[in-house]
Amino acid sequence: MQGYDVSIGLETHVQLKTRSKLFCSCPTRFGEEPNTNVCPVCLGYPGTLPVVNYQAVRLTVVTGLMLGCRVNLHSKFDRKNYFYPDMPKNYQISQYDQPICTGGSVEIEVEGKVKRIRLRRIHLEEDVGKSFHFGRSSGVDFNRAGIPLMEIVTEPDISSADEAHAYLVALKAILEYGEVSDCNLEEGNVRCDVNCSVRKRDGSRELGTKTEIKNLNTFRGVYRALKYEIARQIRVLERGGTIQQQTLRWDDEKGVTVALRSKEYAHDYRYFPDPDIPPVVLRPEEVEAWRESLPELPSRRKRRFQEQYGLPEYDAGVLVAEREVADFFERTVAEGAPPKAASNWVMTEVLRVIGESGKRVSDLRLRPEALARLISLVERGMVNMPTAKEVFGVMLETGGDPERIVRERGLAQVSDEGELMEVVGRVLAANQKVVADYRAGKKAALQFLIGQVMRETRGKANPKAAARILREQLEG
Amino acid sequence: MALPEIPASLRDLRNLLLRGEIACRDVAAAFLQRIEKHNACLNAFVHLDAEKVMAQAERADERLASGGREPLLGIPLAIKDNLNVRGDPCTCASRILTGYVAPYDATAVARLRKAGAVFLGRTNMDEFAMGSSNENSAFGPVRNPWNTDYVPGGSSGGAAAAVAAGLAPAALASDTGGSIRQPAAFCGCVGLKPTYGRVSRYGLTAYASSMDQVGVLAQSVADAALLLEVIAGHDVMDGTSLREEVPPYSERLEGDLNGVRIGLPREYYGEGLDKEVRESVQGVAGLLAREGAEVVEVDLPSTRYAVAAYYIIATAEASANLARYDGVRYGMRVEGADPIEMYGRTRAKGFGPEVKRRIILGTYALSSGYYDAYYLRATKVRTLIRKDFEEAFQRCEVLLTPVSPVKPFRLGEKIEDPLQLYLCDIYSVTANLAGICGIAVPCGLSREGLPLGAQFLGPALGEERILQIAHIYEALRGPFGSPPGF
Ligand SMILES: [Zn+2]
Repeated sequence: MQGYDVSIGLETHVQLKTRSKLFCSCPTRFGEEPNTNVCPVCLGYPGTLPVVNYQAVRLTVVTGLMLGCRVNLHSKFDRKNYFYPDMPKNYQISQYDQPICTGGSVEIEVEGKVKRIRLRRIHLEEDVGKSFHFGRSSGVDFNRAGIPLMEIVTEPDISSADEAHAYLVALKAILEYGEVSDCNLEEGNVRCDVNCSVRKRDGSRELGTKTEIKNLNTFRGVYRALKYEIARQIRVLERGGTIQQQTLRWDDEKGVTVALRSKEYAHDYRYFPDPDIPPVVLRPEEVEAWRESLPELPSRRKRRFQEQYGLPEYDAGVLVAEREVADFFERTVAEGAPPKAASNWVMTEVLRVIGESGKRVSDLRLRPEALARLISLVERGMVNMPTAKEVFGVMLETGGDPERIVRERGLAQVSDEGELMEVVGRVLAANQKVVADYRAGKKAALQFLIGQVMRETRGKANPKAAARILREQLEG
Repeated sequence: MALPEIPASLRDLRNLLLRGEIACRDVAAAFLQRIEKHNACLNAFVHLDAEKVMAQAERADERLASGGREPLLGIPLAIKDNLNVRGDPCTCASRILTGYVAPYDATAVARLRKAGAVFLGRTNMDEFAMGSSNENSAFGPVRNPWNTDYVPGGSSGGAAAAVAAGLAPAALASDTGGSIRQPAAFCGCVGLKPTYGRVSRYGLTAYASSMDQVGVLAQSVADAALLLEVIAGHDVMDGTSLREEVPPYSERLEGDLNGVRIGLPREYYGEGLDKEVRESVQGVAGLLAREGAEVVEVDLPSTRYAVAAYYIIATAEASANLARYDGVRYGMRVEGADPIEMYGRTRAKGFGPEVKRRIILGTYALSSGYYDAYYLRATKVRTLIRKDFEEAFQRCEVLLTPVSPVKPFRLGEKIEDPLQLYLCDIYSVTANLAGICGIAVPCGLSREGLPLGAQFLGPALGEERILQIAHIYEALRGPFGSPPGF
């Protein structure tokens, strides 16, 4: 918007990829019957105590290292007190003034411009349960209670909905690269609270009054909510009104932000150190060991793809966006496929299938070595492109070997001179008028005749060979 | 049926059981009979399932017959009602936990169970361990077996009365600010509060997590040592439990006092100390000095801030610990139009007045704008108190102090003045604030014929030494005797 500066800060809650919950040994599996992944500890039974899951601490540190944060060797857990039915203890164990990581940044690119979004902190906390309302009664599912969440808080460096979206996409890619989270949005692995304020660009340095939009669980939701909220705030200011500091909720169906009742969020959380959990003390050697085993991050991998494989920047960017996809590409190349051909296959076919099916690359039956062999069949002229795509489809279904599929289904390209000659003869005989057109100078008629040869051979004819023979016959 | 005479010490009882001179079921039946006879008057037990007790005793007999030699096989023990025992109620003497049945064993309970103990029943207490007279119980007050017009002390009043009156040979209990030591002193038995972290807190319903510690009430120091040996040690379920090895306390009790330095902290013998209590504890010092100990005076200058710091930290932690009692998952529920109303109604009806008072105090101390002045300052005092003890233990091995500045008082005498009662915790809360260990042993009777107690305090993980010195004192003192009529 012209004439206004926008300041946005994001608090992103990310579910860590651990097998068990943050403070007990219950599994973190998603989608099970309500209240099956629970125990006295995560149900807050009298006398139970939390014991910190070391893996969750490790994953938070790994995230901090990937994002260039300062890792605090000494951190602690605090109790955040408020009453809510989905909270077993009526306090949430979180980290208040000594988080595991501070500082750091995420690099984003919007419309060709690179920008660093500074981070304030990353801390670890437990998730709460989920309330359900049925007519006159309510229920709570505590399966999610105690699942480890990492909260990543930015500085208010983001200045548009597009930047917020780009930040989330970049963050997701990094988290997936580090294998710290599955970032599965459908399963609620990533949830955001968004702070937003606007200020007239008139030289005043004061920040505008901010509003907070709570609990957004899709990137698109963040984008739409921010677009709406920025426009709303500007509209209020343009009319001479003032922005009220308040907490909002995004109504995705209506496409509007709605104020929450003050009762629903006005809390004095009365944070204090959790006496059940001794401070988390990390040894510098273990942090160093984790630093050394960090994966190559997307931005660096993109540059390497351009240099090592000679890929265009666009290709490299698409391929590295998801670690699994980039890995798939590299393994296909390692199996002997030419990089550009492999890139084309992955970018068009593999990503299309993923987009359509919603599956992950690792869920596909297609293996990189098999794709490499399929590419080799094309390169050697054994199958043509349309056939190769058909074989690809079969490979996806059955996970089978491309040579075998070609053999069993009789899909091998026909380049045999005699066989093609016979087909060409039939085609010419059946299309006398087109032949006449061609001979009268309508060279485009050749394409039609090639098409007819392909039809006769059900796509198996080598199109180059077919064109050559046709030309010989027509002009000879 | 004539039931056998039960020997006074756990070791003797164990030997009789091992030799087959007495059966576990006869021992259990004897205690059940005593409970049956006296509990109506003392109100020491709040839950007891005689059939379940006998079933455990039968199993212990079978184990014995098949060669089982677990250290507590067939020994009955009482359990304070704030420790979870799988399948039993665990109400903390509160209405709010009505109907709650523990789905798991506390670690200390599990260790006793593994050692072969038979669980007699749940003992009365101040609600959520908040109190020092056992008058704050949803089940009504416990009476002191030495004189039933008097309080037994608290919060483990039921456990202390049961052990003193011979309704149980010993009891598992908890001490947050003196809840084991003070009732032990009032009832004339031994009360051991181990070092913070020495015994797992897993399964002990929390009052103030940074000070709660599981310990024992027993008829002798040797019995307390034997029980500590079983329950102590690291537990993966408690992040604050200590990893240090557990010494065989019960085998290290003998020794002499030559060259032992015993410190008397000046601040524990000053203003406000009852004359009879002072004289009896000084008597202990004299006796030990005659046997070769060197008695020195030491200073614990931060003592005067201890009660204030204790009540801020304990109530702050309690305000969060007790938030879980909301009627959603277990215990009592009073329905309401929405969750907030349900919480309000449930908690209003479920908690007694002292618990409410402490929740409000603690909530206030943590509130925005007050945190620094109260909670933060209290934690600083706590650090000073810890330093005081560290310095004192440079000069002596153990400290000898009164347990309470007052002798046992009458039911109803102080309950209307909570602040006065809080101030009486002065000599016991310091050990919890500092996380050190302490043991109370009976050392005399008041003019009214009620027990008086002395306390030995040792540094963190100094259990071996305080048990040894308390054991030597106990031998010098001679048998303390039972309450008249028990
Ligand atoms: Zn659990």
